[in-house]
Amino acid sequence: MIVRIMGEGQFEVPQERVDELNRLDQELQKAVDADDEDAFQTALQGLLESVRSGGNQLPGDYLGPSELVLPSPDSTIEEVRAVLGEEGLIPG
Amino acid sequence: MGLMKRFSMIFKAKASKTLDRYEDPRETLDYSYERQLELLQKMRRGVADVATSRKRVELQAQSLQQSAAKLENQARQAVSQNRDDLAREALTRRAAIAGQLGDLQVQHDQLKTEEAKLVDASQRLQAKVEAFRTRKETIKATYTAAEAQTRINEAVSGIGEEMGDVGLAMQRAEDKVAQMQSRAGALDELMASGALDNLSQTSDRLEAELNRTSADSMVEAELSRIRGELGGPTTAKQLGPRAETAQGAPTQDERPAEETPSAPAQEEQR
Repeated sequence: MIVRIMGEGQFEVPQERVDELNRLDQELQKAVDADDEDAFQTALQGLLESVRSGGNQLPGDYLGPSELVLPSPDSTIEEVRAVLGEEGLIPG
Repeated sequence: MGLMKRFSMIFKAKASKTLDRYEDPRETLDYSYERQLELLQKMRRGVADVATSRKRVELQAQSLQQSAAKLENQARQAVSQNRDDLAREALTRRAAIAGQLGDLQVQHDQLKTEEAKLVDASQRLQAKVEAFRTRKETIKATYTAAEAQTRINEAVSGIGEEMGDVGLAMQRAEDKVAQMQSRAGALDELMASGALDNLSQTSDRLEAELNRTSADSMVEAELSRIRGELGGPTTAKQLGPRAETAQGAPTQDERPAEETPSAPAQEEQR
């Protein structure tokens, strides 16, 4: 699965890491729901680190799209909300 | 649906909204390429803007550092002249400047980080744009419009994602620069008119007072030297060394004791 970390580039993450990403994603969601910036930072850094360490960074001239796009490491809850924006925070 | 899935979907939807589709998909390639080149240009300007803003902060910090150093010197001078009151004033002013310098340092670090990010982002975009150009030519040469569709979609949405990412990075950097510029403007005003002007006035006043104090002690020293030469009371002799060194230079300057050149000059006047 190809994952983009915004501001960093694209990574090829093996399928067996996806469960871990989903678990970290739930933590991220909880932190956003609770509006807990500290928990958000921990969850986001954990999620991104898992992508970096579990995946291989793709070369800069790779042209394909990504399956997942993750916020950049210096994002705040506020900025993530701004992207989610009109969709609101209620899971579809 | 998890947060990252929603985030991805919305981001990708936004990125693809900016891509125009043409009837002949091969035109989409050309148009997308033009947009990529425009974005690269814009990024280069963005990097330059951040650098300009960073340099402005550096200049401000330099001038504050000079003020701080001057005040530090004045404090030392004041202490050596037993003027703790002046020293205290200089140090208080210096502390205020140190606070400003701390703020500037934070701003400077932030701008440096933004600058580095933009440089990275523009390098990544550059690599993708070059790959895209090659891919575009290959697709146009190899496939008919109908066959090209999927390949074009992939390349275009891949680069669209990059452009969206870069676009957000640019926006962030622009916001930061705007923020810094208004702060830098405020500090410039402060330096030009308000509180910091008071600081330099303070510093000038301190200087004047220190100069006066040191002039006083020099006068005392000269006085005791002259007294010494006239064989008067030498009570102030301990101030002597300073006066002696001041005196030293002229006495070694031995001129040949010839006639002054004024005589020939008079002859010339008929």
